[in-house]
Amino acid sequence: MSSLEIERLVALLAKLPGLGPRSARRAVLHILRKREVLGDPLLRSLDEVLTAVRPCSVCGNYDTSDPCEICADPRRDDAVLCVVPDVADIWALERTAAFRGRYHVLGGLLSPLDGIGPEELDFPRLAKRIRGGRVKEVILALPATVDGQTTAHYAADRLAGLGVRLTAPAHGLPVGGELEFLDDGTIAAALRARRSVE
Amino acid sequence: MVEWEDAGIVLGRRRHGEADVVLTALTRCHGRHAGLVKGGQSRRMRGGLEPGSQVSLRWRARLEEHLGGFTCEAGAAVPPEVMEDAGRLAALVSTCGLLDAVLPEREPHPDLFDLCTGLLARLPEAEWAAAYADFERGLLEAMGFGLHLEDCAATGTTEDLRYVSPKSGGAVCGAAGEGYRDRLLPFPEVFRRTGPAPDADVVAGLAVTGYFLRRHVLDVLGRPFPEARERLIERLGRTRA
Repeated sequence: MSSLEIERLVALLAKLPGLGPRSARRAVLHILRKREVLGDPLLRSLDEVLTAVRPCSVCGNYDTSDPCEICADPRRDDAVLCVVPDVADIWALERTAAFRGRYHVLGGLLSPLDGIGPEELDFPRLAKRIRGGRVKEVILALPATVDGQTTAHYAADRLAGLGVRLTAPAHGLPVGGELEFLDDGTIAAALRARRSVE
Repeated sequence: MVEWEDAGIVLGRRRHGEADVVLTALTRCHGRHAGLVKGGQSRRMRGGLEPGSQVSLRWRARLEEHLGGFTCEAGAAVPPEVMEDAGRLAALVSTCGLLDAVLPEREPHPDLFDLCTGLLARLPEAEWAAAYADFERGLLEAMGFGLHLEDCAATGTTEDLRYVSPKSGGAVCGAAGEGYRDRLLPFPEVFRRTGPAPDADVVAGLAVTGYFLRRHVLDVLGRPFPEARERLIERLGRTRA
């Protein structure tokens, strides 16, 4: 029979993405069995993260410093600003090491069904950053979904007239993708965005 | 076990847990219908479940009144021409939003379904805005408040139709409407077009359909127009300017 404390921890862990009540129970059991090597360090680490990490006041990324490491890095290109819906997208782009500009987190996508309108997204701070004068290009790195593209069009309307080049990542075949297994929309988008190979 | 198969157009989806979605679709024979799609958030499936996508659906439930589950096979996806164009995309989102907001659940509207598939096919074409206006007129008709624009409600003439009665939705000719013109709506030219319709005519047409949709349907349900519709009208108005 589990104690009330254990049940409370299981219930909290079960709310995490990827975990349900059964896997949360297994995780709690594992933490208790590995108290020294996992439980205590996990507790300390969680405490440190929750105490020290805050959203960056410039871009919205999470970091222990404000401005965040990316915003404070002088080697990054101030002229290119990549707009993403969520911090997870910054992490995905940073994993590629293919982008050396700055970021801006919108905080979601326009979604009529979920009741998310333009007021819920961080457009005012984005416009303010662009008006600062250093940004020359804004990459609207938003999903190739109806909500994502609706947000991209809205952003393009809102940022028009600020004197920056607006771009978006290409849509098409993923690396390692085979035509046979791709959906119609992806194939159609890839064909429209075809490029010369001469 | 209750079970059927039908063609559908995805109107919206809501996350259900981490892997599944509750999908709402306009089906040809079963009207606006919801169902649980297992694994609907997976990378493989979610592309085919975007609003406006056409799908083949199989619905199963233990009892008729249950939510039930959908098995989906992806059909025509939202074309890139629509995704890339702000006006066309706003028309698509507005279509899905309006259908989701105004249609009662599980009430068949096969004519409206055919009208919607026709609209989806016409959205990539040049006449997409007029096609959207036709859709709103068709939606009004399906709701039981069709516009009667073929002849004058007062005199029966088919000539010189200049107004629409805000009460009956019937056309009114110039002579019959002269004394009431400040209380009548302007006749929507977009619905008697013979060639391409200018955006100004489409905006005027949407003002008329919008008036009746608001009065007879949305106000009754206590719902606003989808934001996408406002964006669409604003964009068409900008083109006109």
